[in-house]
Amino acid sequence: MNFDAMAQYLPLYEDAAWLTLSIGWIGIAGSVIIGLIVAMIVHFRIPVLRQLCRVYIELFRNTPLLIQLFFFYFGLPRMGFSITPEVCGMVGLALHGGAYMAESFRAGLENVEPIQRESAISLGLSKLQSMRYVVLPQAVSLSFPSFVANVIFLLKETSVFSAISLMDLMFVTKDLMGLYYKTTECLVMLVAFYLIILVPVSVAGTYIERRLRHGSFGA
Amino acid sequence: MEALGLDVLFMGSNAARLLQGLWVAVQISAISVVLSIILGMLFGIFMTWKNPVAKVISRLYLEIVRIMPQLVLLYIVFFGATRVMGLNISAELSSIIVFVFWGTGEMGDLVRGALTSIPKQQYESAAALGLNKAQIYRQVIIPQAIRRLIPSSINLITRMIKTTSLLLMIGVIEMMKVGQQIIEANRMTSPNAVFGIYGTIMLLYFVICWPISMLANHLEKKWN
Repeated sequence: MNFDAMAQYLPLYEDAAWLTLSIGWIGIAGSVIIGLIVAMIVHFRIPVLRQLCRVYIELFRNTPLLIQLFFFYFGLPRMGFSITPEVCGMVGLALHGGAYMAESFRAGLENVEPIQRESAISLGLSKLQSMRYVVLPQAVSLSFPSFVANVIFLLKETSVFSAISLMDLMFVTKDLMGLYYKTTECLVMLVAFYLIILVPVSVAGTYIERRLRHGSFGA
Repeated sequence: MEALGLDVLFMGSNAARLLQGLWVAVQISAISVVLSIILGMLFGIFMTWKNPVAKVISRLYLEIVRIMPQLVLLYIVFFGATRVMGLNISAELSSIIVFVFWGTGEMGDLVRGALTSIPKQQYESAAALGLNKAQIYRQVIIPQAIRRLIPSSINLITRMIKTTSLLLMIGVIEMMKVGQQIIEANRMTSPNAVFGIYGTIMLLYFVICWPISMLANHLEKKWN
């Protein structure tokens, strides 16, 4: 193991990790927004929009992120919409994740026992109030475990960004391996940086999950 | 057709080549799924052991599978193993190794979940009826565990098929790579092929994965 070389590569990996994080978080924030909207549309059975949302969920959940990115990045410019790799990464991640998030939010909403809403209404709460004070808090806690799993899954998926020429961790690794032939050092740093990014998310997720368990009350 | 770049698909044997690429992807994921199910069962039973060492090992293994992106694992096996151990593994074999490593962890967790979700009364009642340990597992526990297990293991199959799209990065000639080759070869004559071919590949993934995940949903609803 050549530690001098590793120290020399460190700034490159740092930049790459920041790129992964910034694009990743914007993409994940977008996917949460998309997921919430789509889950609401499906849950409240809004006609027409609901069918469109089902098609969106099934299409994006059943195709890999890589082909979606290729389609947006290489395919769409031929039809007159060109986008930069950064925007493509964010939009692709947001759309891909949105479908997964929508599924987990919808499952959360549907898993709240009907008796909870009925009791709230019989206590004199309005429809909006029962949603806001009774159903939503439970739905959030019920969907939180799958939400954390989705966040980790989406951060992992950012590893395919190198294919649309974003200089992320995979891109830097492959580049350096090709240039200097220090394969072991590069791979060790790659693993280390992914651990730095993902272990805190995983630990924090488990901790919050434990604090939010009140939703399974009465189930 | 030409505007959408779909004409390229019907030239020569392009469509057949794409399907061949899909077949490679399906083969790799099928082999990996079968191996992961077998190893995952063993690992799942291992995870239910009370031994602290076994617990630490399985916890560590699960965390690695959960946290490391599959692409990183592919790089480690394909580039790293050659460098460190001098093993020259083909891209196909390294992808199967990675998929089995990943699938065993996931399956193991599912098997553990299915085994521990069966109420204690089931074991006790079976014992009270005079069944011995092997009979309890074979006739009472496993049939119930399998019902809880099958939907989520079917979902694992679709995830493996989707993950085969990453194999292009270590040089397996699967559907994505074939698509790239077709696009490159027709870059001058029909530049719109990039839209049509990638669109077709997306559709093919969907056609393979959607029925499988529908089946999983259906079984889950039926058996719960």
